[in-house]
Amino acid sequence: MSECIELRYEVSSEDFTRAGEASSNVKKKLKQMGVSPAAITKVAIAMYEGEINMVIHADGGHIEVTISEEEIEIKLCDRGPGIQNVEKAMQAGYSTAPDNIRALGFGAGMGLPNMKKYTDEMTIDTEIGVGTTVTMKVKL
Amino acid sequence: MTVEQLLKADVFQVVNQGGHLEQEISRPFCCDLLSICMTKTPEGAAWVTVIGNVNTLAVLSLTDAACIILAEGAFLDEPAIQKAKEQGITVFSTELPIFEAALKVYELSHAAS
Repeated sequence: MSECIELRYEVSSEDFTRAGEASSNVKKKLKQMGVSPAAITKVAIAMYEGEINMVIHADGGHIEVTISEEEIEIKLCDRGPGIQNVEKAMQAGYSTAPDNIRALGFGAGMGLPNMKKYTDEMTIDTEIGVGTTVTMKVKL
Repeated sequence: MTVEQLLKADVFQVVNQGGHLEQEISRPFCCDLLSICMTKTPEGAAWVTVIGNVNTLAVLSLTDAACIILAEGAFLDEPAIQKAKEQGITVFSTELPIFEAALKVYELSHAAS
């Protein structure tokens, strides 16, 4: 694999029925490409949590996935409200998700911590009222 | 024990009969918090939960679990039933509490082996 492969997914707002589609699509593609199961698991978990976050907090957005020989980069871009306190948001158990989200089995404050735990690099670029971009990298 | 053998054991109601019925059930696994489920559900697990929406199915696909067992009378909502059909995911339901449902799977798989 000498060239990068780029994939782009739209994440629609408040649409839980489609959340997870982008990550399962990427999982399938990586499997076909012969990427190691360990790396696929990391990407699938991090990306799915990211998708769910975008649906819950940010009216959706889009995801750019770049696959190169060395790494997989996942960029989650939204135009949501921004994260008020990134340090707090990174704490396991801290959540601003509403009750209806908790009833669906999410909102326990594990999204961002899971994303960090299952990737080799993660940066959060957020601006209140403008949006958030989370960039994650999984080394191959 | 395979998914097919669990179907034939007739201990749970069948919400949707999916594909891959020959898949071996590795063990029962109980959890409702999806962020934990997606990182901890073992491959081939019979996953016992009370969360019955499309995200349950998405987590199953991510983890390669064998089937879902909805305990405590939990049910799949309509969009989730459609998705289970589309994706060929086997889903059971039962009035049993989570532990008892998982215990049934454990007992059946040990009786079969």
